[in-house]
Amino acid sequence: MKSMLTLATAAAALTVVSAAQAEDMTIVSWGGAYSASQQKAYHDPYMAMHPDVTIINDESSAEAVAKLRAMSEAGNVTWDVVDVVAADAIRLCDEGLAMEIDPDTMLAPAPDGTPASKDFGDLLVSECFIPQIVYSTTFGYRTDVAEWGGKTPEDICAVFDTDTFPGKRSLEKRPINNVEWALLCDGVAPEDVYDVLSTPEGVDKALAKLATIKDDVVWWSAGAETPQRLADGEVVIGSTYNGRLFSVIEEQKQPVAMLWDWQVFDLDGWIIPAGLPEARLKRALDYIYFATDTQRLADQAKYISYGPARKSSAPLVGKHAELGIEMAPHMPTDPKNAVHTLLYNYEWWADNRDDLDAKFQAWLAN
Amino acid sequence: MEAGAQDHIVRFENVQKSYDGETLVVKNFNIDIDRGEFLTMLGPSGSGKTTCLMMLAGFEPATHGEIYLNGQPINNVPPHKRGIGMVFQNYALFPHMTVAENLAFPLKVRGMSKADSDAKVKRALEMVRLPQFGGRRPAQLSGGQQQRVAVARALVFEPDLVLMDEPLGALDKNLREEMQFEIKHIHESLGVSVVYVTHDQSEALTMSNRIAVFNDGIVQQLAAPEVLYEQPENSFVAQFIGENNKLSGTVTAVDGETAQVTLKSTGDKVAALAVNCGGKGDETLLSIRPERIIIGDENAPNKMSGKVVELIYLGDHIRCRMEVGDSNEFIVKVPNSHAHAALKVGEVTPVGWVTEDCRALDMI
Amino acid sequence: MSDTTAQSGPMLAADGTPLKVSLARALRRQKLRALMLIAPLFLFIVITFLAPIGDMLFRSVENAIVPDTLPETVAVLADWDASSEEAPGEDVFTALHADLLIAAEEKTHTRLGSRLNYEMPGISSLFRKSGRKVDDMTPGNYKEQFIAIDKDWGNVDVWRTIKRFSGDYTAGYFLASIDAKIGHDGFEFVDEDQRIYLFLLWRTIVLSVAITLTCTILGYPVAWILANLPLRYSNLLMILVLLPFWTSLLVRTSAWIVLLQQQGVINDTLVAIGLVDDLNRLELMHNQTGTIIAMTHILLPFMILPLYSVMKTVSPSYVRAAKSLGANDWTAFWKVYFPNTVPGIGAGAVLVFILAIGYYITPELVGGTSGIFISNRIAYHISSSLNWGLAAALGVVLLSMILILYWVYDKIVGIDNVKLG
Repeated sequence: MKSMLTLATAAAALTVVSAAQAEDMTIVSWGGAYSASQQKAYHDPYMAMHPDVTIINDESSAEAVAKLRAMSEAGNVTWDVVDVVAADAIRLCDEGLAMEIDPDTMLAPAPDGTPASKDFGDLLVSECFIPQIVYSTTFGYRTDVAEWGGKTPEDICAVFDTDTFPGKRSLEKRPINNVEWALLCDGVAPEDVYDVLSTPEGVDKALAKLATIKDDVVWWSAGAETPQRLADGEVVIGSTYNGRLFSVIEEQKQPVAMLWDWQVFDLDGWIIPAGLPEARLKRALDYIYFATDTQRLADQAKYISYGPARKSSAPLVGKHAELGIEMAPHMPTDPKNAVHTLLYNYEWWADNRDDLDAKFQAWLAN
Repeated sequence: MEAGAQDHIVRFENVQKSYDGETLVVKNFNIDIDRGEFLTMLGPSGSGKTTCLMMLAGFEPATHGEIYLNGQPINNVPPHKRGIGMVFQNYALFPHMTVAENLAFPLKVRGMSKADSDAKVKRALEMVRLPQFGGRRPAQLSGGQQQRVAVARALVFEPDLVLMDEPLGALDKNLREEMQFEIKHIHESLGVSVVYVTHDQSEALTMSNRIAVFNDGIVQQLAAPEVLYEQPENSFVAQFIGENNKLSGTVTAVDGETAQVTLKSTGDKVAALAVNCGGKGDETLLSIRPERIIIGDENAPNKMSGKVVELIYLGDHIRCRMEVGDSNEFIVKVPNSHAHAALKVGEVTPVGWVTEDCRALDMI
Repeated sequence: MSDTTAQSGPMLAADGTPLKVSLARALRRQKLRALMLIAPLFLFIVITFLAPIGDMLFRSVENAIVPDTLPETVAVLADWDASSEEAPGEDVFTALHADLLIAAEEKTHTRLGSRLNYEMPGISSLFRKSGRKVDDMTPGNYKEQFIAIDKDWGNVDVWRTIKRFSGDYTAGYFLASIDAKIGHDGFEFVDEDQRIYLFLLWRTIVLSVAITLTCTILGYPVAWILANLPLRYSNLLMILVLLPFWTSLLVRTSAWIVLLQQQGVINDTLVAIGLVDDLNRLELMHNQTGTIIAMTHILLPFMILPLYSVMKTVSPSYVRAAKSLGANDWTAFWKVYFPNTVPGIGAGAVLVFILAIGYYITPELVGGTSGIFISNRIAYHISSSLNWGLAAALGVVLLSMILILYWVYDKIVGIDNVKLG
């Protein structure tokens, strides 16, 4: 517990030592294949253009919100650009920890001159957020389950159908997405989902639906868990980020297939911490201008199956850099995959996340 | 008492012990210990004496041979069924129990009633003159008091045999002498048999009926204290018990009990008791006690000449270190009396001895 | 000499100063030097440990953000009767407008919104939305304009929440940490479907006790062997005991996942030798069993080491003495050896228990839903929900729990009876 309490402050204290030098730029991201794709698509070309700049990678995105808050309170923010999911960006913006961005002056227009605000469109979900990719939380299932008798899941409700599709499921240990899926499979119309969830009865309804499979669920808290469990045969179906499933299916060649039905779109992108000194801010903005232009976003899709956030990038998405397969069909935004989709409702969840999380955790524990 | 038990309480028969399967720490040990006897195993550390005690107590199995207790073989009897009392080197009083609880422990495990046990504990504490200390913890007692409690605990369940493993080693000199007397006294008044282990020869001489001198896994001599001192059977015993002067030489003739020896360094021809010196031509070590040297007498038998190197005044006698033959550690105890003229350092004077006082022993 | 003893007053040193003063002066330098030696560590602890903890604990009651962001509103709102069923009047909204104008300028209104959202869902977006539009308001008739932005401004519960949390300090976090709140009628527990912290606290204690027990049962024989083997073997074994310390916690936990999962090594082996049916593989993780197994392994050295060092000090002659006095093996162990190792068990148990009660990574990974600890919620509130006030309050509750248990332990076993060797 003590380590918990000191964690944030200690992190802030330690970073005092590693205060960035003038030519260093600290970029925070998620690590793994995702950071690798950014390295190839953004960092390497940027450093080639600016030999005086060294980009330092920090894999702290999972704790970015807490760490940024601690740094800001300690008055020493050492990060220059931070990769976060949109919900965290909204939180950071609300807390005054991320600076506001004017897309039309700070970001590159599309090659045809369309201003950035139009090119990103609805994906600019917060004043502080620069979208980078569209990813989705969706399901993968094993294709070799004997008990299923040759049937394969066709829609999201297969997750709740333990008679036809027996076996363990892997779901994220938080209410977001799970309660939406539960309501959809409990007969709630897609457009009514959040209205229903806004009532206590609606929450009960969603949890009751989840309760029907509670004994069959193994809960995950890190994105790598479901792919691992699917590969190990620990679960037969499970939710995770589509890029993780892509790597299980196409790179590791595991007997796993995608279930795209009612995938939940979410955004990941950049924020710039509030209150950077002028020189570092200028550098960070310069990097962002470069790294979020149309070509760069399309380039990233060569290395990982997440959709570029700009409309103008979509036509430029090509083949996977190593596997040589067309990436477009693996994008969550591909029309064949996007028959039924939900977009993460940032506004609603910002208001209700804490409350619903308490109920969800209590429901889990009892 | 059973028919076969005779009057030996303990018997070791060809007992051998090895810890590593390569060397023997006890080589063919044989002994009969009489009922009521105070027997001491004496020897330098590593000589095997404690191992013998542990085999008797049951904490170490004998590698070969048989040990009998009251005529019964006990090699397969676990220690707690042997009924032998034991006093340990550091007392081994249970620190979490009071003195009274420590004493009651052997009675409790034997299922004795509380009333009987209380009475016995009380008596035992009186025996060691600590009647008011029953409620204290061992740590609150002085070393001597702990020692007495340890003795009382080993005796409280009235064993026939008590083993003591260097019990006085941790006490200072005065206390040790006091305790020697006390243990001796308890032994005499209770008539219990005691097997006592020590490396301190004066302690052994003071207390024992018999002493087994150990060296290198072998009993060098088993005898009463005065015999050990007066008539050591080999050089080790002569050296180990009391002070001893040694001179090396070659046997030229053995005539009955007397051996003629030519000293190596000076060529002097002397006579000694032929105890353990082999035959003609063998090397031998002559052993003479310092108080048996005749000094300053031109007519002494076996006369040689010695040079005074050092004089130490000790009140009742003067300790005189001399150079005699090849030895410059030749000690003579000169009584502090008018009959003896004052010696001076550097003075050359004759020394000699009566043939019966000089023993021709083995070479070490 | 003789003249100092002849005096009737205090003893004097040779130079005539009182002996006590002289002694104190002589000792002062020693004390000063001793102080200088511990000063670096002391400062280090104060700066890196006590101060941050104190700061975090302070957050569990700190609530200055509300009066700081809405100073005028809070002042005017004091006169509003919270039990009325009507939203406050125009004066409060006028003050709110003035406060929000400044807050929106300084971007603090959203932060206030997140703070109050912990108490009432929806306030976050209410403030975010209103902050965006407050600039465009025309003077006068503010109540109407605010309600036009969001009808929630007419909701009495919103105003009750603001009023209830308008002080510089609040007990709200502590109440939340024991599943309670100050409702309309004073103290009450939250709805049954939201109660979790007391339950988790209880489970944390029960599981920690279970882990401590398994560590004791498994560690005792190992410590005994370590203490009684010849040095060259015991050193080797000691390395094996310490081996877990040399691997990262995550690696060890992942290893346990590989072993314990249903398609894991243990289940595979049991199925292969026919002890377990392939269709009914044992559930060894994602539940309390997993947490107990993995944490026992991780914490075992903390039990073995103090036990070992205490056992080292227990002379083997105690057991021999007991046997020579007629005790069989069991009695000698139970009545003589064991009581002398209790201080080691005590030290090990305190260490293991306190470490266990604060663990969260291992329970998070192998504990599923039934094996997680209260620390997992603290971690969630620190890193995810950013509700540091609640996290701090939970931390205080956990800390007080440990102190209470420590006190109980002292009463039952006696803290003097704890030895690290």
